[in-house]
Amino acid sequence: MSGPSTYEPKTGFTRWLDKRLPIARLGWDSFVDFPTPRNLNYWWTFGGILAVCLMIQILTGIVLAMHYVPHIDYSCASVERIDRDVNFGWLLRNSHANGASMFFLAVYLHMLRGLYYGSYKAPRELLWILGVVIYLLMMAAAFLGYVLPWGQMSFWGAMVITNLFGALPVVGTPVTEWLWGGFSVGNATLNRFFSLHYLIPFLIAGVVGLHIWALHVPGNNNPTGLTVKTGADTLPFHPYYTVKDGFAIVVFLIIFAFFVFYWPDALGHADNYVEADALVTPAHIVPEWYLLPFYAILRAVPDKLGGVILMFGAIGVLFILPWLDTSRVRSMRYRPMGRWFFLFFVIACLGLGWVGAELPDNKVPVLGVLGLDFLWMGRILTLYYFGYFLVVLPLLGLVEKPAERPASIERSVLGKDTFGAAAPVAALAE
Amino acid sequence: MTDVNSNHETGGEDSSRRDFLYIATVGAVGVGGVFAFWPFIDQMNPAADTLALSTTEINVGDLEEGAEITVKFRERPHFVRRRTAEEVAASAEVAVNSLPDGDARNANLAAGSPATDENRSALSAVIDDGVEVDETLRASLLVSGANCTHLGCVPTEGAGDYGAWFCPCHGSHYDTSGRIRRGPAPENLPIPPMTFISATTLRLG
Ligand code: HEM
Ligand code: FES
Repeated sequence: MSGPSTYEPKTGFTRWLDKRLPIARLGWDSFVDFPTPRNLNYWWTFGGILAVCLMIQILTGIVLAMHYVPHIDYSCASVERIDRDVNFGWLLRNSHANGASMFFLAVYLHMLRGLYYGSYKAPRELLWILGVVIYLLMMAAAFLGYVLPWGQMSFWGAMVITNLFGALPVVGTPVTEWLWGGFSVGNATLNRFFSLHYLIPFLIAGVVGLHIWALHVPGNNNPTGLTVKTGADTLPFHPYYTVKDGFAIVVFLIIFAFFVFYWPDALGHADNYVEADALVTPAHIVPEWYLLPFYAILRAVPDKLGGVILMFGAIGVLFILPWLDTSRVRSMRYRPMGRWFFLFFVIACLGLGWVGAELPDNKVPVLGVLGLDFLWMGRILTLYYFGYFLVVLPLLGLVEKPAERPASIERSVLGKDTFGAAAPVAALAE
Repeated sequence: MTDVNSNHETGGEDSSRRDFLYIATVGAVGVGGVFAFWPFIDQMNPAADTLALSTTEINVGDLEEGAEITVKFRERPHFVRRRTAEEVAASAEVAVNSLPDGDARNANLAAGSPATDENRSALSAVIDDGVEVDETLRASLLVSGANCTHLGCVPTEGAGDYGAWFCPCHGSHYDTSGRIRRGPAPENLPIPPMTFISATTLRLG
């Protein structure tokens, strides 16, 4: 869809610049005149929201790092000092800590959007894979960041996650000691985690660049999943989507601000205000909410290596998803059976999150009368999670009869074929 | 201009000389790259001061029957438990082949020794020359690493199916001899190297 450039430098300076470094042209073609399907709904605003989230994390993080001390004896106190004594430290820290949660909220909605509307399918496989890479890096950044305040959850979370690598045959112990820089999680570990926590967001920014590049070659998918055929199917990005994205960002920031100002510790865990103690594990350790489903999958298997493989497999399967789904139809709107399986997939993910927060041996409310405990609920949902990708999507595409689809994106919006009428300026379709 | 290698770029120069330079450069960059990369990896391994082995001494004479303390040895927490006679007897009755991990995991014994209660207890500790230690004390003492062999949490004392340790993280049950009985942990809690340096002082390491 990236057709010929429509940029025309108007001043002497922009003409001079355009011959030497066509950066204004790149901006114009990417964010002003970029032809965008005219039917995008609000699920498409999360990309812009995610960009804002990354900027907030980097900005607040850089200033937090001016006051934070990465040492096991001082970290906890330095974070408290940020909260109590540093000017506006409470605001910066609450924004950063809640910003991580908001970031994940947005990325999950963004990914579910892709799953529902088939955005991972050809020609957007690489775009999707780059997205999964960003998601992996985000998880790494959030995990490393959560260790920095050096509370009980920080310490034991770091212990459990680094010990996952101990499950590797033969190299397990050397690899964990290499990660720790010692015989256990300690000062060396905290120091390197801080260094890497600072680094990863900039790696993310780099991959985001590739992600947007890979988006601007085939262009956006859209709720119908139909390929853009004519200029009438699209609108220029500005002002149509700059305004729509901008509005969504403001609404999102209101929710964000509600947490920062009125409920800053709601998404965290009280135990993390207790300084790390290598001798006592809290009675109930849980990861941050956004990692709970993976924690549930880890615990679903009674075997150490098996649990670790399954947990990484849950993300790994996303990498091959573009080749697992055999349906010719992108959007679930026109997949009468697929959309039900998708709905249950969303429920399974939420259910896994719930299981991850509970003790495995506890009985599930209501269903407990049938003898269902959280361990088994986790197992059933894990089975469905993998079943959706490895069985449902490959087979369903072969047997499902898709519903009738509109002739074009334009028709789906305007009802009639107005091709040839005065449509807003837009480049021709691929 | 009869040289077949001659064209505008080579200008008739000897191309085998360029090939040699090319291969030598690529080789040097490749091999050198690997060598230059290694320090960046190896710096993350435990540093020399961290590696310097340490020892920990514990006064076991003050431990009442049924009491337990947690000490730190080489950065890691360790349980020191003085078990009651009933606990020792119950643990000794368990058939080794019914255990999920039949290996004693005891640094004082040969690898692969069976996980009997005797092999897990301080009966396996070295005794310094001239030192005499009460045998029931040795049999009642259990000293083991306190990090769950699943993912490293410290199990809670006095809980779980066997009234010994229960790991709250993912539900592993250990018996009074520190052996894994149920749950995701694959191995028994490890027994560190131990030496009695007096009738009541046990040195780890
Ligand atoms: C992808 C973006 C990022 C994510 C998801 C993220 C996530 C987190 C999380 C979850 C915490 C723990 C918050 C708490 O409980 O107190 C944290 C702490 C911290 N982060 Fe980040 N972070 C990001 C980017 C950055 C950047 C770019 C920097 C520095 C340049 C940074 C510096 C810090 C510092 C100094 C702390 C410790 C202070 C504190 O606990 O609030 N972060 N981060
Ligand atoms: S760490 Fe003990 S059961 Fe997982």
